[in-house]
Amino acid sequence: MTGSKAAITVRGLRKSFDGHVVLDDIDLNVADASVFALLGPNGAGKTTMVHILSTLITADGGQIRVAGHDPVADPDAVRAAIGLTGQYSAVDKYLTGEENLILMADLRRLGRAAGRKRTAELLEQFDLTDAARRPTATYSGGMRRRLDLAMTLVGDPRIIFLDEPTTGLDPRSRRAMWQIVRDLVATGVTVFLTTQYLEEADQLASQIALLDHGRLIAEGSPAELKRLVPGGHVVLRFADPAGITSALGVLHAGSADYDALTLQLPGDGSIGSLRTLLARLDESAIDIAELSVHTPDLDDVFLTLTGRSAQEAKA
Amino acid sequence: MTALSCAVHDSATMLRRNLRHVQRYPSMTLSLIALPVIFLLLFVYVFGGTLGAGLGAGLEPGSGHGAYVNFVAPGIIMLTVAGAAIATAVSVATDMTEGIIARFRTMAISRASVLTGHVLASVIEMVLAAAVVTAVAVATGFRPNATLLGWLAAAGLIGLFALAISWLSVALGLVARSPESASNTPMPLMVLPFLGSGFVPVASMPLALRWFADYQPFSPVITTLRGLLVGGPIGHNATLAIAWGVAIAVAGYLWARRLYNRDPAGSVR
Repeated sequence: MTGSKAAITVRGLRKSFDGHVVLDDIDLNVADASVFALLGPNGAGKTTMVHILSTLITADGGQIRVAGHDPVADPDAVRAAIGLTGQYSAVDKYLTGEENLILMADLRRLGRAAGRKRTAELLEQFDLTDAARRPTATYSGGMRRRLDLAMTLVGDPRIIFLDEPTTGLDPRSRRAMWQIVRDLVATGVTVFLTTQYLEEADQLASQIALLDHGRLIAEGSPAELKRLVPGGHVVLRFADPAGITSALGVLHAGSADYDALTLQLPGDGSIGSLRTLLARLDESAIDIAELSVHTPDLDDVFLTLTGRSAQEAKA
Repeated sequence: MTALSCAVHDSATMLRRNLRHVQRYPSMTLSLIALPVIFLLLFVYVFGGTLGAGLGAGLEPGSGHGAYVNFVAPGIIMLTVAGAAIATAVSVATDMTEGIIARFRTMAISRASVLTGHVLASVIEMVLAAAVVTAVAVATGFRPNATLLGWLAAAGLIGLFALAISWLSVALGLVARSPESASNTPMPLMVLPFLGSGFVPVASMPLALRWFADYQPFSPVITTLRGLLVGGPIGHNATLAIAWGVAIAVAGYLWARRLYNRDPAGSVR
C-alpha cells in the first residue's frame, strides 16, 4: 500500500448496458479500515458498481483506484487485494464446506499445511465445523452465506465487497452477519457493502452513499443522512370511517386510507408530540383503535430526496 | 511463481475440482459410456450380420457380424469421444450459471485455469470412456492385431481428438445461454461418425455425400484408427486426421478464451 488513507477512490465513473445508463458520473471515496455502504433500491446500479470495482466487468469511463491499483490496467493487483461475496451464492454445491475452503486456499497458493490450518480456523470462526464434511447443497441459506464469506476471507484480503449480504436471511442470521462485519473492520479490513436497508447501513457503516437510477443522490455519515429526513410518521387506526373523518376535522392534516381505516400523520413519534396528539383527540372524544410509530426508513429517505418512494423507484 | 507455473498450479486445482464433480455426480459419465455401448451392441448384433455381409465378398455365411465388429469398432470409439462433448458443454454451461465463477474471475489466478480444468477433466473422461468401450468391443469379437507402436499411435490420435473436441465443447458450453441449450449444440458432432467412414464404407455413398464424408474431421481419424488397429489402407488420412485435430483444438481454444474474456453480462443486474 502507498500509505494513502483511501482504500477505494472513484472519479467520474460511467457504465451503460445497451445504451441504458446504469451508472452516471459517480464519485466516491472509501476510507481505509472502514465500512462503506452503498444504499439503494433494486435496479439502482449497486451490483454493477461492485462488479466494476471487483474487476468482474469494466467501466465505460472514469478513474478508479482499488487498493491503489487501476482495475483495468492491473486487474491482478486489485484481485490480490480484494475479496468478493456476491449477491448469489458463490459456493461450489458439489463440494463439501471444507473442500470449498481448501479450493480457495489452493487458489490463493497458501500451501497445503497453511491452507488446512486456515480452513479449520474459518470453519470454527463461522460455526461450520459440524457441517464441514457435508456437501453444501444440504446447507441452509444462512450457513451457505457464512461459508461464502469464509471463502472470501481465505486469503486475508484487505478490501471486501459484500453485495447485499443479508438479503433473504432471517433476523438472527442477519445479526450474526452484522457482528462478523464489525469483527472484520476491527482487524483493519475495509468493507464495501451494498444494501436495500437503511437500518443495516446505519448499524454498520461509517459512510453511506445513496444510489438512485445510477446517480449518487446523497452521501454522508448515518447521522448526516438521517438529518435529511424530516422524521418518520405516526399511523392511527380507527374502528370505522366516521372516526377518520372526525379526526381529520380536528387535526387538519394527514393522509387518510378509508379501506384500511388508517390516518397517516407526519411526525417523529417523540413522547411530547404523541401526548399532544392524543390530548387533541381526547378533547373531541375521538376513539382510536390502534397507534403505531414508524421511524424513518429507506422509503422516507427516498421520498424526501427524490419525491418517489423506493418502491416506485424500482420501476 | 512464474506465469507458467501459476497456470499449471491453478489448472491442476481446477482439474481436482472438476474430477470431484464427476465423482459426486457419476450418472452423467456413466451415460457417456452406456450410449456408445448400446450402439455397439445394436450395430454388431442387429445390423452387423447384413452390414458385414455387404462389406466384402468371400465372407462365410453367418460370419458377417464378426467382420463388422472389426469394421465398426473405431467408429464407435470416436462416437464415444463425440458423445462426451455433450457432458462437457453442459458442465461448462452449468458452471457459468453459478456464482462461483464470478468469484474465480475476481481472484488473482490464471485466467484460463477454469477452462483448462474443464478440458483436462473432459479429456480424462473421454479417454477412459474410449478404453471401456474398446474393452466391450473386444468382448463382442473385436480383434485388433496392432503392434505396440500401433496401439500408442491410436491412443495418441484418440487423445488429440479428445483434446480438440474438449476445447470445442467448452466453447459451445460458454456460448450456450443455458445448460439445456448446451446439451443440444454438440449433437451434430455425434452424427458425424455416421456421415463418414464410421459405419459403412464411404465408397457406398451417393457422390455428394461421399465428398463430404471423405473430408469431414471424423472420417480420416476413423480410417486411420482402423488402419492402425485392424489393418487397412491409411494413406493421406493420418496427415488429414492430425491436421483436423490440431485445427479444431486451436480454434476451440481461441474461441473459448475469447468467450470467457467477455464481460459476463448475464450475471449483471
